[in-house]
Amino acid sequence: MTDEKKHKHVREPLIHLAKRDNLPRSKALLIRTIAIALGILITCVFGFLIIGWSPSRIVHAMLDGTFGTENRRWDLFEKTAILLCISLAVTPAFRMRFWNIGAEGQTLIACLTSAACMIKLGDKLPNPVLLLVMLVLSITAGMIWALIPAIFKAFWNTNETLFTLMMNYVATQITSYFIYIWSVPKGSGHIGIINPTTHSGWLVSIGDYPYLLNILVTIVMTITSYIYLNHCKHGYEISVVGESEKTARYIGINVKAVILRTMCISGAICGLAGFLIVSGADHTVITGSVGGLGFTAIMVSWLAKFNPLAMSFFAFMIAFLGKGAKEITTLSGLDSSFADIVTGFVIFCIIGCEFFINYKIKMRRKEAKHE
Amino acid sequence: MIFQFIRRAVMQGVPLLYGSTGEIITEKSGHLNLGIPGIMYMGAIGGVIGGFFFEQSGANFDLWYIRVLAVLIALFCSLLASCLMGLLYCFLTVSLRANQNVTGLALTTFGVGAGNFFGGSLIKISHADVPTVTLTKTSSCFSAHLKFVDKLAASADAGKCPKILADICSVLFSYSFLAYFSIVIALVAAHVLMKTRTGLTLRAVGENPATADAAGINVNRYKYIATCLGSMIAGLGGLYYIMDYASGVWSSDGFGDRGWLSVALVIFSLWRPNLAIIGSFLFGGLYIVHNYIPDLSMQAQELFKMSPYVMTLLVLIFVSIKEKKEALPPAHLGQNYFREER
Repeated sequence: MTDEKKHKHVREPLIHLAKRDNLPRSKALLIRTIAIALGILITCVFGFLIIGWSPSRIVHAMLDGTFGTENRRWDLFEKTAILLCISLAVTPAFRMRFWNIGAEGQTLIACLTSAACMIKLGDKLPNPVLLLVMLVLSITAGMIWALIPAIFKAFWNTNETLFTLMMNYVATQITSYFIYIWSVPKGSGHIGIINPTTHSGWLVSIGDYPYLLNILVTIVMTITSYIYLNHCKHGYEISVVGESEKTARYIGINVKAVILRTMCISGAICGLAGFLIVSGADHTVITGSVGGLGFTAIMVSWLAKFNPLAMSFFAFMIAFLGKGAKEITTLSGLDSSFADIVTGFVIFCIIGCEFFINYKIKMRRKEAKHE
Repeated sequence: MIFQFIRRAVMQGVPLLYGSTGEIITEKSGHLNLGIPGIMYMGAIGGVIGGFFFEQSGANFDLWYIRVLAVLIALFCSLLASCLMGLLYCFLTVSLRANQNVTGLALTTFGVGAGNFFGGSLIKISHADVPTVTLTKTSSCFSAHLKFVDKLAASADAGKCPKILADICSVLFSYSFLAYFSIVIALVAAHVLMKTRTGLTLRAVGENPATADAAGINVNRYKYIATCLGSMIAGLGGLYYIMDYASGVWSSDGFGDRGWLSVALVIFSLWRPNLAIIGSFLFGGLYIVHNYIPDLSMQAQELFKMSPYVMTLLVLIFVSIKEKKEALPPAHLGQNYFREER
């Protein structure tokens, strides 16, 4: 009797969470769309309160800043391409649950290598050979920068997040060191456009479109990585190691080899991105050549759930928000960091909405139903 | 010379100490908050906004209670800004179980952006009639230090007391209250973490939340409190930098990479706030040592700035190879806890 009475008085919590197995794709898409819309709404409210612009003016300025002229459109697609390329680079490692946040450094060291080739070999080699040398060396540099933390992770289980984070700053300072050595004029602290007259080491432009090759390379890379990750044995091994290292070992996967191989690929794609930045777009190197894209790429990769095709959308979205918000600040004369705030708003909303995709919220049922 | 170097090193170290003490408390609860750089920016800009409007209101800074009020207002705004950032991080990672690395990086992007945005456009937004954001008055309240140090230095110059005494006093007693407060906080944090029941519980939550949960500990509450408290402490680092070190002058990206350096310091000090005190002064010294080496070329200076990161890497490698249990990161660092997960 008393037991029963006690049982009745047990309080169930008001909200109860349960993991959702498989939400239909359309529903997940709807939730994400709402989240992005919410992020833009917050941006509009923020813009209204701080700058005093109406939402329609904000949206209009953003669209004009990104699609207004042909140059702006090319610029937007070039930014998307570079961001997408770095996002593709971090993805294999993330699928393996190897939290490589060192893409910034891996790309920067490759940028430096490319620039070094242009400066030192610019007048010694014919352009096609030079470009090939630059490409190979940049990829090698990115690979080495990624391989160092991977070796320590594979053999001594060193925390890779913290390791790769530190490697970013080592790369920044090394770049800074060489910039001072090669600076023009001496001691000024910046290199300026390299080979402005001979154009040696500059990636050839197809027709009149200087960025087209960057964009094409990225498209090829996107499709290649999609196939590699989803339809190859390597991609499968990466997923198994990510799910459970013990399972991987049990079915005969050499976990250490997979970690090293995957990080090599990650670093190599970062190297490619660095090459594209220096040779295909900037034609110079500064410590901010990558400009935080290495970190943004991590968010892009995660938002897309490590799916290369979805990544192209999110990379485009981030590039759009960044460029659009820059236009607003140019017009209103405010600080250009407004772009980071807008990106932040939208990303927070998407990060938050993942919860509703992964979890079900069950409310406490009415007491009467128990009787 | 050497005394001046130590003094500058300590002043460089204080923001790092705040940042890493905050991050240690957060990481002990099992959450790797990579948003610390952004939070420190927010702490700085919060204080700047509060101080800016207070100065603009035309308060008379000759009165002592106005000066106290100015400090309190800037402190409050700074703590509020960093606490809100901490809450946002908690809400996303603890309640909504979002990925900690991604949330942290987003927080850093947002915080650094917001700091630079408001720092750069505060005048335009508030329609104030001043050329730059320069909080000389508020800053002078923050950087107030004991007067007898100056008197001693003056009398040493006049030859009335030994120079060495004045120098030692200057190294020990010439900082502002926030600098001493950072050491107090670190010591208190070290004591609470290692010597009290609360600290034991917090460590348990970071090491193995499922076990802690089974023992009847409210895991989420500990995570929330630790993260918010950690964020507020880290935010003070930003406030110290802008109010004391930078004399109240906001410059875009002026805070630099000190936020990441604080995260590095956490590893360097093996998750112990009391070691972080020494570590922060060491890092501070490494950060500025290139100014004190004669005839150093510009490029070599850049290599010297690399040394804190390289040292952190070496510690990280050494610790993981040695596998000393008490020197390793909390076991569940970076992993979210969901009770119903098997």
